[in-house]
Formats: sequence, C-alpha cells, structure tokens
Amino acid sequence: MATFIVRRLLQSVLVMVVVALVGFALFAYVGDPINNMVGQDTSFEDRERLREDLGLNDPAPVQFLRFVGNAVQGDFGLSYRHGRPVADLLVERAPATLELSFAAGVFALLVGVPMGIHTALWRQSWLAKAFLTISLIGISLPTFLIGILLILVFAVWLGWMPSFGRGEVVQIGWWSTGFLTASGLKAMVLPAITLGLFQMTLIMRLVRAEMLEVLRTDYIKFARARGLSARAVNFGHALKNTLVPVITITGLQLGSVIAFAIITETVFQWPGMGLLFMQAIEFVDIPVMAAYLVLVAALFVMINLVVDILYVIVDPRLRIGGGAVGGGGGR
Amino acid sequence: MTESLLSVRDLIVEFPTRRGALRVVDGVSLDIVPGEVLGVVGESGAGKSQTGAAIIGLLEPPGRIVDGTVHLEGERLDTLSGDQWRRVRGRRIGAVFQDPLTSLNPLYTVGRQLTETIRTHLDMTEKQARARALELLGEVGIPAAADRLDAWPHQFSGGMRQRVVIALALCANPRLIIADEPTTALDVSIQAQITALLKRLCREHGTAVMLITHDMGVIAETADRVAVMYAGRLVETGPVDDLVNRPRHPYTEGLMGCIPTMHARPVRLDQIEGAMPAPRAVPPGCAFHPRCPLAVERCTSERPPLVARPPLATACWVRSPDGDAA
Repeated sequence: MATFIVRRLLQSVLVMVVVALVGFALFAYVGDPINNMVGQDTSFEDRERLREDLGLNDPAPVQFLRFVGNAVQGDFGLSYRHGRPVADLLVERAPATLELSFAAGVFALLVGVPMGIHTALWRQSWLAKAFLTISLIGISLPTFLIGILLILVFAVWLGWMPSFGRGEVVQIGWWSTGFLTASGLKAMVLPAITLGLFQMTLIMRLVRAEMLEVLRTDYIKFARARGLSARAVNFGHALKNTLVPVITITGLQLGSVIAFAIITETVFQWPGMGLLFMQAIEFVDIPVMAAYLVLVAALFVMINLVVDILYVIVDPRLRIGGGAVGGGGGR
Repeated sequence: MTESLLSVRDLIVEFPTRRGALRVVDGVSLDIVPGEVLGVVGESGAGKSQTGAAIIGLLEPPGRIVDGTVHLEGERLDTLSGDQWRRVRGRRIGAVFQDPLTSLNPLYTVGRQLTETIRTHLDMTEKQARARALELLGEVGIPAAADRLDAWPHQFSGGMRQRVVIALALCANPRLIIADEPTTALDVSIQAQITALLKRLCREHGTAVMLITHDMGVIAETADRVAVMYAGRLVETGPVDDLVNRPRHPYTEGLMGCIPTMHARPVRLDQIEGAMPAPRAVPPGCAFHPRCPLAVERCTSERPPLVARPPLATACWVRSPDGDAA
C-alpha cells in the first residue's frame, strides 16, 4: 500500500514538473516581460538593468528552478495588470469559483440521479423518453450557448434572474460567500445550471446504464423472488449498488467542473478564477495565466491521486504487492 | 392422489423478437402435491428454468405467458398483478437460484437481508425478526450463526452462501420452493450436502420443491417424481424409480445412458447423437425425431401427446401410442 502511494506520488510530481515547464515557457517565450512592464519611453539601459535585476539574463534552467521554487511556496509573482501578487488574486477569486462549482455539482447530482433512476425503471414512459431527449441536448449544446440562451430567456425576456455577477456577497474571514443573501443565491441559479447541465446529463446516463445493469443481476431477481416490495428492491437494493461507480465518476468530474468554469464565468461575468484567467489572456498577463495553469493541473492530479488511492482501499484485489490478499477477509 | 398444490396446464411461454416469437415453453402441464419433490430435467435450453420463472412470475421481459394457466392451492397465479404477486412470492412460493455467489446483495449483511425478508412477510419487530433469522441460519446448518448474522456475503463460502439463500427462501415458510439448479455452481461434495439439506428441510416443513436441474444424479437422490423436458415440451413424467429404471421415451432412455455408474465395467458412455434444436428451429411432429433411433413416419408430422400409462406418462408415438392407452 505504502509503495503504491509513493509510486503514484512520484508520478504526480512528474506531471506537475511538466506542467510547470509549460507555465515557465509562457514567461520566457510569450512576448517580452520587460516590454509588458515598462512604459514606451523607458531607455534601453533601464530596460537592461531591470532585466538583470529580475534575473531574466540567467540561464533558463536556473530561471526555471527559481520559478518552481517560488511556485511551491505559492509565489507566482506580480500580476502585470493588477500589480498585485497573483496568489492574492487567486485566493480572492477562489471562493466564487468553488461556490459556483459546488452549486453546479449539487444541481447535477440532485437532478441527474433521480432522472437516471426514472429512465432506468420506467424505460417506456414518455417522461423517460423526454429526459433522454433533453439529455441529448445537454450533451450536444456548447456551454456558452446554453448560458446565453438562459440569459436571454430568464434575464432578458422574463426578467426573473440577474444576467451577470454574484449579487451581494458576505465576507467570512477571507472567504466571500453568496450563499447567505437572497441576491447571491439568485445570481447563482443560472450559472450553476449552465455549468452543471453537462454533468447532469452525464450522471443521468451513467445512473441509467448502471441501474439497468444492476437490475439484471441475480441478487435483484432473488430479492424479487423473496417477495420484497418494488420500492425495497429498486431503491434499497438496486440504487445502492448503482451509486458506487456514480460516486467515483462524480468525484473525477469535480476537477473538470472547476476547470470548465472558465466559459460559464465569462458568459455570466462571474468574478471567479476562470474569468480572471480569461482577462489575463486578453491582457497577456502571463503570471496569472501560468499560476492558473499550474493550479488546475494540481487540482486534477490531486483528485486522480485520491481516487486511485480510494480504489485501492475499496478493492482489495488492486493491492499489488501489498501483503497477502485474504480470501474473503475482513472489512 | 391428493389435491395438487401447484397445477400448471398447457403453459406456453414466448419471447417476442423482431424475427417472430420464440416459444421456449410449449404446452407444459404438471402438478405438484404438498410436500413432494418434483425434479424437472432436461438439457440447457429445454425450457425448465423458464417454466420455473413463469410459475413464480419472474419471466425476464419481454418473455411472457401466452397461454395456459398456473394455479397454486386453487388460486390462479398467471393473471396476478405486480402488487398481488408480492403476497405470493416469498410467502407462498420461495425460490433458490443457481449461483449463490451472485444471489445475495453484496452491500448488505446476511442478517439484514434475512430480517428484511422476514419483516416483509411476517408481522414482527426487528428484534423478533433477528431471532427468527438466527433460528433459520441454525436450521440450514450455519455454524456459530449468532456471529455470522452480521457478516457480509463475501465472507461466506459458496456452500455457506447457498445455505443462506435457502434460509432466505424459507423465511416465511412457503408451501412451494422453486429450486433452479441449486447445486450446479457448487463443487461435488458440497452439492450432496445442499441437496440433503433441501430435502430434509422440506420434509420437516412440509414444503414441496420443484427441483430444476440437468443432473440426473441429483434427481435420482432427491426427487419423488420427475418431469423430463425437451425443446420446451414435456416428454415424460412419472415416479423417480420407474422413470430412472424403466424409462419409455427414447430421450429419457438416452439421458439415463449418459450417467456413469460405479459398477459397470468402464465402457464408453452412451451419448445421444446431435443437439437439441433451438426454439426457432423445432422440427414438426415430435421435436426429438431427428435424433431418435426409433423414429417412424408419423413422428415427423404429428406431435405426440403426453399419454398416461401408469406409472409413467409419455409423449411418444412408438413407445406410448395413444390408441391403446386410455
């Protein structure tokens, strides 16, 4: 078990080093950072002095090591545009993105799971067919289009929801939350649906497929033969067995929800990390871009690592070289 | 003969497909009297499991009963609605399936599955149900039942799991148990134990058993009467002793020829040439005629009825022609 975790950790570190290299390459090769920092009338000598002071004349490996060393300590330098530490900017923006992702995830689960169950249990009902059709739309329409359509219908035509921003937020320490005010909650609805729709259809189809699979198993047939009620069979026995893989996939999708929040945040002008990144691209704000890149990569690596370790804990057969595998051993 | 517990008449089960309906059970009639063990034998695909599934109302969709009736203690079963079935399944008819490794839900403890079933059928508190579960586990021969009640299915061996499955089938003291290949997935030494256990419990509880198997050895040991199925049809029924020792139908004869014996000198076992036809390709007349050594002209065109000539009832033009039967 320990060797397995160490090996996975080493692989994760390798991935992060590669990502850091890409982030570093942005600095070194996308435009000239000095040009981005100084005004047009700065003399050539001043520029060279600045270049020397900032260590930009050092060999590339030295610069890379410096970049990694700082990044590990959470220091990604100053934003060209805001003139503030990138880390501060990200921390400031993180709550907005995390809350949006959380709301989208909850929406996807609360709607997707029941829809999946319904379509599996009552395959022939018109509602099930309607759900499947909707899910096809959810999977095939691009996120930005869904967002814009929702804004058009609910913000412009009906005027029920705000079309942009977070509404009022409450500051709890460094965390700003939109969950505590009515306008904050209201502002969250459309972006959360936009961001969660794809995941919802994914979860619905996954639950449906898994449930159909489980309903075919012998223990479900046997549960029916024991005379248990349809409710006990479907929700007690079948659903519980369905949820194991669903939880896994949902966990894995969490990373992509946060990463894909970029588009939703842009459409709704949601002041999160994704919007920060989009603006950074427009202004060639390389420190922000590099930091965001590294952050998202770290998130993915971390989630995958946790899922891998969970698998090993759950399934004893995966414990490669980790002691004897007991035949039907303890829990 | 005493009043039938279960009475199946002219049962026809079909699976509609795009290329026409597949008739997997074709006009099967059988009776089971209280406390009796009826063995149903036949090759894979002979329709024995589908007959069992039809009786307990668990045909896999789109399979359905298209004709015939099923009565349990005078009550018609094949027309029951889903809700009405629940009063029958588990309570009056229990079931034991082939693979004990997959018959139990892996995410619930054995005790939980037992008490759940008990409380579905009997008016008991959780505590009473637990006591009953414990008693049942002891009855099916689980050692240290009290310690095993909260164990998970994967902590039991195959034989032990089949014992648990039998305990689950017995929860509400049903009148009839449909046992579909209950020993096929077990190794031979365990098979004998499970068969003996099933037989003993049913004698003690007065429960009748419909024992579906392809193993003539199990039948000879356990059953009181035997029904032989071929290509969805019943070809011969009768008391186990007569049917095993003096079969009339050439197919039954062939089945008996396939059993190795301890006494005979090691000779090549007889084997029925050819294979059973698929439901789509059942020949006209007697379904067995292409493989039958005795087949005559009539066998290829007319389907032989099941003719009772005690002690056996046989469907064969050659061995049991109808004219002189009744």
